[in-house]
Amino acid sequence: MQPASTDLITSIMPIIDRWKQEEGPLLPILNGILREFGYVPREVIPTIADALNLSRADVYGVVSFYHDYRAEPTGRHVLKLCRAEACQSMGGDAVAERLQQLLGVRFGETSIDGSVTLEPVYCLGLCACAPSAMLDGEVIGRLDEAKAAEIAAEVRS
Amino acid sequence: MAVKIYIPRDSGAIALGANQVARAIECELEVRGIEATIVRNGSRGLYWLEPMVEVETENGRVAYGPVKPSDVSSLFDHNLTSGGSSPHPLLLGRPEDLPFLARQTRLTFARCGITNPVSLEDYEAHGGLRGLRNALALTPEQIVEQVTESGLRGRGGAGFPTGIKWKTVLDARGPQKYIICNADEGDSGTFADRMIMEGDPFVLIEGMIIAAIAVGATRGYIYLRSEYPYAETVLNQAIEVARNAGVLGPSVLGSGHAFELQVRMGAGAYVCGEETALLDSLEGKRGMVRAKPPLPAHEGFLGRPTVINNVISLASVPIIMDRGATFYKDFGMGRSRGTIPIQIAGNVKHGGLFEAAFGLTLGEIVEDIGGGTATGRPVRAVQVGGPLGAYFPPSLFDTPFDYEAFAAKDGLIGHAGIVVFDDSVDMLKQARFAMEFCAVESCGKCTPCRIGSTRGVEVLDRLADGVEPERQLEIVTDLCNTMKFGSLCALGGFTPYPVMSAITHFPEDFRPAPLRQAAE
Ligand SMILES: Cc1cc2nc3c(=O)[nH]c(=O)nc-3n(C[C@H](O)[C@H](O)[C@H](O)COP(=O)(O)O)c2cc1C
Ligand code: SF4
Ligand code: FES
Repeated sequence: MQPASTDLITSIMPIIDRWKQEEGPLLPILNGILREFGYVPREVIPTIADALNLSRADVYGVVSFYHDYRAEPTGRHVLKLCRAEACQSMGGDAVAERLQQLLGVRFGETSIDGSVTLEPVYCLGLCACAPSAMLDGEVIGRLDEAKAAEIAAEVRS
Repeated sequence: MAVKIYIPRDSGAIALGANQVARAIECELEVRGIEATIVRNGSRGLYWLEPMVEVETENGRVAYGPVKPSDVSSLFDHNLTSGGSSPHPLLLGRPEDLPFLARQTRLTFARCGITNPVSLEDYEAHGGLRGLRNALALTPEQIVEQVTESGLRGRGGAGFPTGIKWKTVLDARGPQKYIICNADEGDSGTFADRMIMEGDPFVLIEGMIIAAIAVGATRGYIYLRSEYPYAETVLNQAIEVARNAGVLGPSVLGSGHAFELQVRMGAGAYVCGEETALLDSLEGKRGMVRAKPPLPAHEGFLGRPTVINNVISLASVPIIMDRGATFYKDFGMGRSRGTIPIQIAGNVKHGGLFEAAFGLTLGEIVEDIGGGTATGRPVRAVQVGGPLGAYFPPSLFDTPFDYEAFAAKDGLIGHAGIVVFDDSVDMLKQARFAMEFCAVESCGKCTPCRIGSTRGVEVLDRLADGVEPERQLEIVTDLCNTMKFGSLCALGGFTPYPVMSAITHFPEDFRPAPLRQAAE
């Protein structure tokens, strides 16, 4: 594991300081870093471990357990598409296939031009407006061909 | 008095364009020089009518929906702000008169969609804080007794009596006790927690405060899944308002009871909805399921006595403390007392939230209330209770919505989500998905869950390819048995429900490939 650059440390210290004294500080810290960078650079692990008096292995174990803590930067846009049952029942699989074609990526990938990362998500609580998605944190319901095309156009622009 | 226009801020309504509608209405008001206040309320839960816009008139509220931004101008042409004296095609009339709402018994969701979610004045004007005020006049034992007497059972899925859980924590000794709200709502097909957090967050906060006073806890956390950023915003706004008003803080409503509350976000792990994995996650660990005992009630968060309850369980406490245990208990059937917010989802015409006393049949819910499928094709299967719930065919539609009745049919109510499928569904695919989901989300502690689910996917793939189908069915049945009895928690233990129910009720989908094609 590479030690973190000074820049990186400078930017995560306020997040660590904000939570260090709280009960169960590790997830809020990692979530803070995720919000700041869009991913959790693995180089931050030693700094967090030192600050919280944990072993690096412990922190690594946590970081690698949760789906949200990606190790790599995302594309400029992040599209999360619901793959769960209510969305399946409304043709979610076909929309997913269509979007993968339009965007030229498979689930878990970032497009070569760096415009978009496509991720699966299991339920967004929008099951009565299925199929659903979240684009850069904004919710979208009742996805169909037309909306898929709109999304593709938006991330490409 | 300026006219009030209500446009939901519920994320379901937003997903269907509520923010764009709000912007269009603001523009139109300005252009026409009309004065009006826009209130961003929660959703009433009629998602096929969202975005549903309501206008307060002399004769009460009048609803329009589903409204698109392009409808806004014509709504104003039809005198939207003066009560729609010339009827617009989207006019729905008084929302309370819509059959979908009129047939409900809204106790927990009494205010959802009616009030401004972050206005404490609105909350109190609609009966909020009455339960807490009553509770403050009682001893902790009396509060616990009321909750026990009401018959309230945990709405998170397991259906454990809430009062008994609270009693255990009340009796436990410890320097610090906690109230933890399980807002992980990972089950597909469910959104009641999300709706109440976005639409009436104070009722959850009030429920948590009552729990705290009942068991002697002074700190609480809401563990919220990261897929719900809108709920996070509303909850934090509401907590801030409650703190400034002295509802939360060092002395709740001046009673001398302290209660501090924080929202903590998860990080995308279904298993963290399991209560002990949730506690580990909250402590900053991997979300691994703990063996019980010790119970969280004795050794929970940071090893201290902890009440952990689902959002709806906690949000149902204020009405119980307000109207009394008997009032609540009088709804329902058998050992399922009170009301349950049923979430009707998937391929259904009238999808949304339907709060009713226990006891409606599955058929009434799907056909009468839900109106059948959205596609207009026949209903073929209904999954009840999330990804670990069984698939029911229409021949089981006479099953009443009740914990025990569902268990008797090898199913479960879970968090009361219902996902409807039409006749284009491939049940082999659904069974495979259940196994795949288990493999993706397993915490990895038990072999039957971790390995069994991956094996299950492979076996069902071979079955789909027509490789020794009889043999694959035997293996999958065997695997399900091993998972059912050899798993520590319900993720591995209940995945057999969707898989085996699909095989039992829809055997034709599991026949060898050539035969399946011939049958089509
Ligand atoms: C894999 C798994 C996931 C669960 N997910 C949730 C959940 O998202 N929300 C919830 O309230 N309970 C969930 N539960 C149930 C909890 O373990 C626990 O029973 C519940 O939080 C207790 O609260 P209640 O008594 O108020 O229902 C889950 C259980 C399992 C095994
Ligand atoms: S059944 Fe699965 S999720 Fe549950 S404890 Fe075992 S391995 Fe973890
Ligand atoms: S199943 Fe897709 S939003 Fe719930």
